[in-house]
Amino acid sequence: MRFVDEYRDADRAQALAAKITDLCEPGRHYKFMEVCGGHTHTIYKHGLEDYLPENIQLVHGPGCPVCVIPMGRVDDAIHIAQQPDVVMTSFGDMMRVPGSTRSFIDSNADNTDIRMVYSPLDALKLAKGNPGKHVVFMAIGFETTAPSTAMTVLRAAVDEVENFSVFDNHVTVIPAIKAVLDSPDLRLDGFIGPGHVSTVIGCRPYGFIAEDYGKPLVVAGFEPLDILQSIYMLLRQLTDGRSEVENQYSRVVPWDGNQAALRAISDVMELRPYFEWRGLGFISHSALRLRDDYARFDAERLFELPGVRVADPKACQCGEVLKGVLKPWECKVFGTACTPETPIGTCMVSSEGACAAYYNYGRFERSRVKEATRA
Amino acid sequence: MCLGIPGEVIELNTEQPDLAKVDVSGVRRSINIALLEEEDVRPGDWILIHVGFALSKIDEEEAQAALDFLKTIGQDYEDELDALRRSQIE
Ligand code: SF4
Repeated sequence: MRFVDEYRDADRAQALAAKITDLCEPGRHYKFMEVCGGHTHTIYKHGLEDYLPENIQLVHGPGCPVCVIPMGRVDDAIHIAQQPDVVMTSFGDMMRVPGSTRSFIDSNADNTDIRMVYSPLDALKLAKGNPGKHVVFMAIGFETTAPSTAMTVLRAAVDEVENFSVFDNHVTVIPAIKAVLDSPDLRLDGFIGPGHVSTVIGCRPYGFIAEDYGKPLVVAGFEPLDILQSIYMLLRQLTDGRSEVENQYSRVVPWDGNQAALRAISDVMELRPYFEWRGLGFISHSALRLRDDYARFDAERLFELPGVRVADPKACQCGEVLKGVLKPWECKVFGTACTPETPIGTCMVSSEGACAAYYNYGRFERSRVKEATRA
Repeated sequence: MCLGIPGEVIELNTEQPDLAKVDVSGVRRSINIALLEEEDVRPGDWILIHVGFALSKIDEEEAQAALDFLKTIGQDYEDELDALRRSQIE
């Protein structure tokens, strides 16, 4: 209980855990998926699984934006960066993501200029300051970052910037949850809903999960107590025979989301017919691209892309990890060939990735032991 | 990137109403607040920032909780703050 002891609200957590245990039907097994990588992080950091009764299992979901970028898109970005006078920019998390032959960092050793920026607005500023260059922003992320990209494109249009474009890789969270729900490998009892994505989209879009699939979903905050509280709320619903969308994180997430942000996204972007997710394959209507009105800012139209689909390396089981079918330590290369320093799969790159979270907190040894004694 | 960073609004920018000067863990940077147009942002308010844009207004207690959470992330949070320090939104 090392992790537990370090935690300042340990008493309140214990109290919640006791309430959770009371609600569990003996002999019944519960599987809850936390969709968001931020939640995965909290769960490992604070060893939350140690608080929970044995018959509750937490399963990690696809909500890590870096993790779901397929290798072919990394290759495409590097291809754009290799064109004359191009400066490619993206968030720091992207720099180490492996493409089919190399990452951005490796590519820079071969003379590309790929830079990390904090905000798409920084990329736009870079373009304004370097009229002789064309600056591309590789946009990644769910609905939390899509509004920022959209606002930046609107700004570029107002300021008539001609040497700036966006390589749009924004994905949307709902189709990913649907893909998980439709996957035959996994039977889930409910969802811990993503916190910050919901700041933008609100709680309504999750309605179908409760109505059509009969599963409860509770939008949760990132504190350990938030997550325990949301597990309690999920169990409460199951005990009462309800399946609803509830908002545990109402202190940050408004029920209707952020309308201005949603408007910005839909002004600038539209759904792609389909998009490839790393490990999950093609999911229809699951990603965004720039609308025709903003074609002049669309790197996909300005540059000819190889667009080659690259199969994930054989050793990599990120797909199973992202769907929650495998725990990170069950991947054969976990912690041996695949580490944060030499990632094979994307789940090992970002702190929001399940494999990196396991690795960083050194929990895999204990979990292995725990799992082995259970079997 | 997905995780919001809390900041305190220090002053609004009268020339560019989309921007505000915000204190983020002692770093003062320009942040875009256009997506909070319906929220009437004022100096002293706390906001949650994602890649240079404020996405929600929060109270001070929540800001503290969010900061505590980010500190548990360790290096990645430091990297993000570093990136923010180099950021020059205008
Ligand atoms: S250990 Fe590496 S290769 Fe295996 S699932 Fe995790 S990230 Fe992918």
